[in-house]
Amino acid sequence: MNLTLKIWRQKDAKAAGAIETYQVSEISEHMSFLEMMDVLNERLITEGKDPVAFDHDCREGICGMCSMYINGEPHGPDRGVTTCQLHMRKFKDGDTIHIEPWRAQAFPIIKDLVVDRTAFDRIIQAGGYVSVNTSGNSQDANAIPIPKEDADNAFDAATCIGCGACVAACKNSSAMLFVSAKVSQLALLPQGQVERKDRVLNMVDQMDAEGFGNCSNTGACEIECPKGISLENIARMNREFISASISKG
Amino acid sequence: MSTLDSKIPDGPIKDKWTNHKNHINVVNPANKRSIDIIVVGSGLAGGAAAASLAELGYNVKCFCFQDSPRRAHSIAAQGGINAAKNYQNDGDSTYRLFYDTVKGGDYRAREANVYRLAEVSANIIDQCVAQGVPFAREYGGLLDNRSFGGVLVSRTFYAKGQTGQQLLLGAYSAMSRQINKGKIKMYNRHEMLELVLVNGEARGIIARNLITGELERHPAHAVVLGTGGYGNVFYLSTNAMGSNVTAAWRAHRKGAYFANPCYTQIHPTCIPRSGDYQSKLTLMSESLRNDGRIWVPRKIEDVEAIRSKKIKPRDIKEEDRDYYLERRYPAFGNLVPRDVASRAAKERCDAGYGVNETGEAVYLDFASAIMRYGREKANTSHIENPSDEVVRALGEKVVEAKYGNLFQMYEKITDDNPYKTPMMIYPAVHYTMGGLWVDYNLMTTIPGCFAAGEANFSDHGANRLGASALMQGLADGYFVLPYTIGDFLSKDIRTGKISTDLPEFEAAEKETKARLDALINNKGTKSVDHFHKQLGKVMWDKVGMARNETGLKEAISEIRKIREEFHKDVFVPGTTNSFNPELEKATRVADFLELGELFACDALNRSESCGGHFREESQTPEGEALRDDENFAFVSAWEWTGDPGTANLHREDLAFKDIELKQRSYK
Repeated sequence: MNLTLKIWRQKDAKAAGAIETYQVSEISEHMSFLEMMDVLNERLITEGKDPVAFDHDCREGICGMCSMYINGEPHGPDRGVTTCQLHMRKFKDGDTIHIEPWRAQAFPIIKDLVVDRTAFDRIIQAGGYVSVNTSGNSQDANAIPIPKEDADNAFDAATCIGCGACVAACKNSSAMLFVSAKVSQLALLPQGQVERKDRVLNMVDQMDAEGFGNCSNTGACEIECPKGISLENIARMNREFISASISKG
Repeated sequence: MSTLDSKIPDGPIKDKWTNHKNHINVVNPANKRSIDIIVVGSGLAGGAAAASLAELGYNVKCFCFQDSPRRAHSIAAQGGINAAKNYQNDGDSTYRLFYDTVKGGDYRAREANVYRLAEVSANIIDQCVAQGVPFAREYGGLLDNRSFGGVLVSRTFYAKGQTGQQLLLGAYSAMSRQINKGKIKMYNRHEMLELVLVNGEARGIIARNLITGELERHPAHAVVLGTGGYGNVFYLSTNAMGSNVTAAWRAHRKGAYFANPCYTQIHPTCIPRSGDYQSKLTLMSESLRNDGRIWVPRKIEDVEAIRSKKIKPRDIKEEDRDYYLERRYPAFGNLVPRDVASRAAKERCDAGYGVNETGEAVYLDFASAIMRYGREKANTSHIENPSDEVVRALGEKVVEAKYGNLFQMYEKITDDNPYKTPMMIYPAVHYTMGGLWVDYNLMTTIPGCFAAGEANFSDHGANRLGASALMQGLADGYFVLPYTIGDFLSKDIRTGKISTDLPEFEAAEKETKARLDALINNKGTKSVDHFHKQLGKVMWDKVGMARNETGLKEAISEIRKIREEFHKDVFVPGTTNSFNPELEKATRVADFLELGELFACDALNRSESCGGHFREESQTPEGEALRDDENFAFVSAWEWTGDPGTANLHREDLAFKDIELKQRSYK
């Protein structure tokens, strides 16, 4: 198929960006979206032009690195997939496709479609862990039975890949789906209880300091999340936050 | 050829690790604060090492080329992690895990290291649970296990199909805690481009800031490489796009021996290539072989009809199908080990029976499993004389519950519904057992330079068992390296800071800059990918699943030629002092082009077959891999001499004191 691509080009963090138009032809419907971008880049390189910079690594939907805002949706029109798993059969011959980076104050653009998501790392560093050292003498893994339902719910929250689609989807650029997924995972497990209150307070503080907005309550994040992280996590985080604020306040 | 000393401690195998820990030098807590360690790579090995070393008090600097340490490719591991917990009471033990791993590796691993791995495996599970890793559990609240290929017990812990992700996020969270405390300084989007040696010891690295393009000098008292494997030398593999050999190769060029480069695991169940534009291959979990039957048509005219889409696979009658694994290996059938299953698929496709346009695909068919489960379900639901449609619908539900996420992934990629038509699969490069040679302390032949996880060669011999990569990465990072590195560092308590003004740093930076400038100023006519694809094709065709002397010799000269062409004609756009992903690729491919040749030389030198290394000249009359223990029971460790084609071979003889050497058979 033949396609028109309208892609955000921006030389570096300080430069002004703009949309540029490219034509690509003979795109197979079996290609992944990123392979289509490879075809474009290969051509730009042979023409001596600067290829479009984009983040990607595993190309199997788990590392969370790829991050394109395609036709107004993070990771494009398919559901439950990252950009690298989106395939060209979701588009038609003659389509015009708009490709932009994640847009959020807390995710500054580095180049073209590449953004800086280290704000997510800093939120985890503020408390998204259980403070245990490596030890050859940890208690036996089966010493504390965990109800299967709790373990499964913790797992579901823990499948977040930290791609930032939730932030890109939200009109408030809120990171609450991301933050609440980690808060939930550890609040649901016995190992997370000791630091439960400090954790949620510190992580929310850091989230605010990074400039992410408040929850818009529209649920866009849940729909666009490639891993189907549930909004229930945000409700749980709000509960955790209020309860910790009262008892710590 | 000299013989290498692996520094295996004395004593019975079960006491070696304990005795060793009791007798090696340690650094006292106060002195640890004046010692700096660089960890390159933030996957299971690097991430676990960085966190544990920082907890001990060392000052750690950790580097990863991705935008966050949480993206390391360990994250993509699906199946699980082995540990000798014996929670299932099925007779598992440290010894049994040790035995299975040595045998699975076709008797080409070092016994003492493998025993230690089995010994610490149980600690890993305890540690991960304490971190809040949500492993799968049973209704009673205890941890669940499943069984994996090539073993007789259930010892695999898992978190659905995302075990690697959950374990990596555990290590990442431990790292994050230390970053917050200031004990780890994290360098995202930084790539190590050179190892710096001072007086023969590893004392730092040259890293490129991938955003600004700046070259940075980073000093340390020791350098740990947890930089993964080099499967991308084949261009197409299940590795992430950025996975590369550069850190290990740079260390090799500075004096670290590279061991068994030709030991590659080619995984039998991957989604086949669909066209020349393909950028990577996707693995489908080995667990599918529990219920799927692998076949190709028996008649060549059926193959042609399938390829020209005149008939569908379901149109081929039962008697016209060749279930070749069941035919060749009646005892193990579809559950033969990975290397055997991969070679058998290649054999059928080479004979012309491949079932897609490229001729490189076989069927993995769930039809009989669906009907079998359906009948079972009909029985237990007391449905009398159910029609085939009812049985099929019931069976599909059961299969969905077991493999639903994999079936969905397959459908997303191929647009075929695997409940209705057989999956198409083909082997793909997945893991490299070879890597930097290390002694029992995980130190390379460069003092102060350590290698952990897939980057080293030590534990899997010539073939890795499923669910053992995660175990080894975490064992090295959490429980081995933090102890053994102290033995080296104890002499450094009075060394003080290493200065980056030393002439060695100056020279290394200058050399690195020259290398980058050469690539940018080359202004050739072909892209980096063009050469990478050429290299990958030679590797796959001649150094892939089956190798012979003629092909390997051709490969060596072809790789040399591609390398020369690359340096003459590559075009790298942009500049060195900016964000430039093409330049990153170019530096990696330049190193792959050297490694590829050493890889082929190693395969040529090892004229036996073992595990994933199959030399056509060394096979049994039935076409199975034939080991040559008399001449090849050793590790090949190659020393850089200025050209990969003239590397010096050193050997480490493998002694099997606790396990008897046997030829593997799956008939």
